[in-house]
Amino acid sequence: MPDFSRVYDVLVVGGGNAALCAAITAARAGASVILCEASPPPLRGGNSRHTRNLRTMHPGPTQVMTDSYLEEEYWDDLRRVTAGKTDEALARMCIRASQHAPDFLASCGVVFQPSLSGTLSLSRTNAFFLGGGKALLNALYRECARLGIVTLYDTEVQHIKVEEGWATEAVVSHAGFPERIRFKALVASSGGFQANRNWLREYWGDAADNFQIRGTPYAQGTILKDLLAQGVQEVGDPTQFHAVANDARAPMEDGGLAMRLDCVPFAIVVNRNVERFYDEGEDVWPKRYAIWGRLIAQQPGQVALAVTDSQAVMNFLPSVYPPYKADSIAGIAAQAGMDAAKLEKVVADYNAAVVPGTFTPMTPDDCRTEGLTPPKSHWARRIDKPPYYAYPLRPGITFTFLSVKVDDKARVLMADGKPSGNMFASGEIMSGNILGQGYLAGFGMTLGTVFGRLAGEGAAKHVRN
Amino acid sequence: MSATEMNKLDALLREATVTESDAYQEARRQMAVCNACRYCEGYCAVFPAMAMRREFETADLTHLANLCHGCKGCYHACQYAPPHAFGINIPATFATIRQESYAQYAWPPAMGRAFEKNGTIVAGVATLFVTLALLLAVALVDPSKLWTAQTGTGAFFRIIPLWLINALAGASFGFAILAMAMGAIRYWRGTGGLGGPLTPAPAAEAAVDVLTLRNLGGGGHGCNDVDDSFAQQRRWLHQAMFYGFMLCFAATTTGAIYHHVFGWKSPHAFFSLPVQLGTWGGVLLCIGTAGLMRVKVITDPVPVARKLMGGEYAMLGLLFLIGSTGLLLLAVRHTGAMGFMLALHFGLVLSFFAVLPYSKMVHGVYRGIALLRNARERRAG
Repeated sequence: MPDFSRVYDVLVVGGGNAALCAAITAARAGASVILCEASPPPLRGGNSRHTRNLRTMHPGPTQVMTDSYLEEEYWDDLRRVTAGKTDEALARMCIRASQHAPDFLASCGVVFQPSLSGTLSLSRTNAFFLGGGKALLNALYRECARLGIVTLYDTEVQHIKVEEGWATEAVVSHAGFPERIRFKALVASSGGFQANRNWLREYWGDAADNFQIRGTPYAQGTILKDLLAQGVQEVGDPTQFHAVANDARAPMEDGGLAMRLDCVPFAIVVNRNVERFYDEGEDVWPKRYAIWGRLIAQQPGQVALAVTDSQAVMNFLPSVYPPYKADSIAGIAAQAGMDAAKLEKVVADYNAAVVPGTFTPMTPDDCRTEGLTPPKSHWARRIDKPPYYAYPLRPGITFTFLSVKVDDKARVLMADGKPSGNMFASGEIMSGNILGQGYLAGFGMTLGTVFGRLAGEGAAKHVRN
Repeated sequence: MSATEMNKLDALLREATVTESDAYQEARRQMAVCNACRYCEGYCAVFPAMAMRREFETADLTHLANLCHGCKGCYHACQYAPPHAFGINIPATFATIRQESYAQYAWPPAMGRAFEKNGTIVAGVATLFVTLALLLAVALVDPSKLWTAQTGTGAFFRIIPLWLINALAGASFGFAILAMAMGAIRYWRGTGGLGGPLTPAPAAEAAVDVLTLRNLGGGGHGCNDVDDSFAQQRRWLHQAMFYGFMLCFAATTTGAIYHHVFGWKSPHAFFSLPVQLGTWGGVLLCIGTAGLMRVKVITDPVPVARKLMGGEYAMLGLLFLIGSTGLLLLAVRHTGAMGFMLALHFGLVLSFFAVLPYSKMVHGVYRGIALLRNARERRAG
């Protein structure tokens, strides 16, 4: 039974990478740390359980990354995906600090691997965790245990008492029992609110019922809402989220990475009304996969169907569930519950608009359509080689952008712009400071590691003074 | 209907009625998730081999299951491990398939049933053989020889005649080799046959994999022997057991060569080659088997096929007893306890030969073939 009577130096809310990096950094600096994870042990770690890599700046080849990836290129990538909706100073600080993130994680026992396969070729920009995010979490939790950090599972922090910019105590539910935790400094690393369907409904109405939550069901945004209601400054568009094209048949929660479908650039995509609605071949998939969730979320019924043929089916990773398969487009339409004549016409119109080119699956090629609206700019080949394949799509939400505002020391900012006396934040709960929209693969873990370390350092320093 | 048509119809009917076991269906479901995830590609040979496939026929699953060394790295790293709805547990599922494949490819085929209650069978045969060896020694050996110190050339053979040792051990071991060779051929055919010319390079690669247990290295830093921490315990303990076993085998072989080629009769001096090989082999065999049993007892039970543990404990126990009675025989060989200890040791060794093709020991044959097939596939791209 944990000791709820003592005053801990640092309370860390959350149990993902950002929380663990903060807890480990604070404990290494000599602070006594208590960490509250809402989930039971096998599902610990928030969305970090589903991650695989982090994006790190590096001036030359490392053991796990090829070539170099410098600040300007990294910043340029970030600026483009966010369309400028970011905080340049904070972003550049994070990019520079990312160089040291792999070494820090390795010091906690995390093992990295060279990237071997898969369609997202990221070995130049991203360091891959051997075994993925859960293996990373196992190592971090082991390091926490080694450092004597009190780790509570099945413990939801429900409310933080904030008085004039100071957090004083936390109201928690520990294994179903109400408790209080007193502390000198707080690190909020409890993620976004994407698993809170009622909250999503406030912005999206009934459509929210059709969103699949890709990650942890424990991301309820309880502390995010709690802090914002107590004078903490808000940043990020509350209506926006990062979402990908998921298999429509996936579990509504926690389906993770394996539910995403990479077939879009090699298919045509129609909505429920059997109409194409966006250029499927706009750019390479690693740069475009993050927009398709939102595109589908804006379609009627929040569903879509990707149609392709046997010529293209080996160009993308296999799906978990078998695709619809038929010898005719009408057969596909029947399985998808669509009007056969309409789907046949969409495919025929598309086929007629395809101009010949040289197909190169990994780089933008000259296979495109002419006179078609919307166009397909690359990888457009006639869909005429049976059997035909189709995949039903739904938006799969990764995380929400609404965040608490922080400064470059991970201190939480109050509504008046002044930093809180003893509150820090790291991870998805503050992602909106840098990600105003869009996403860069592996940036979430970078954000968590960099700001987790800053938050832990700041919290420990505050306690020492 | 002609005879050929009847045969065809028969074949079709047989095919239609052969249904896959739950383990195979479960493995196919799990592979669909794994092949879309691929986070484990850095761990062992199974995942790159999986990534080369899109469809998983029965033969593919048998091959992948036998390629799996049961290191449990993929289970502890799995975002979909129980209690997640997908409940991915490759080590336990593949262990079950391995056992089913041992039964399926056993020779003669009827003996496949011996894998069902393998722990009971292995332990039962060992008990029976030891009992018989002791009873027969008491009944047939002159008590004045059995219970007194025997010295000088041929000491052992005054207890059990050499011709009898040769006949029993030779026949049982010879049959075991034949049965396992037949099993190997049946397995090779059943998991895809030759598929291209045999070249030395993949065979060399597979041999290195076997001799170094590379796939129990977990990509360099070890396996999840006990829990989500990494260690190389199982690898080193298995190496101790394997090389200990091989040293014992070498001791017996050198002993035979000494006897039949050079005419040097046992017992040999402690520092002679056969005794040294046997001694260190016995020590390693005891350390390896005892250590592996300990790991089995303390390991996280979820990624383990509990149904199969009986057969594994029985074989480890038998090997431990063979090693330890061999060492005891060495210790007491100049005393009156030698006769008793020799009968005990010989009974255990004979029971090992008898169960060999129908025990956990066959995993070496199928694992070796799976590694060879994998090395060939990798080269073929």
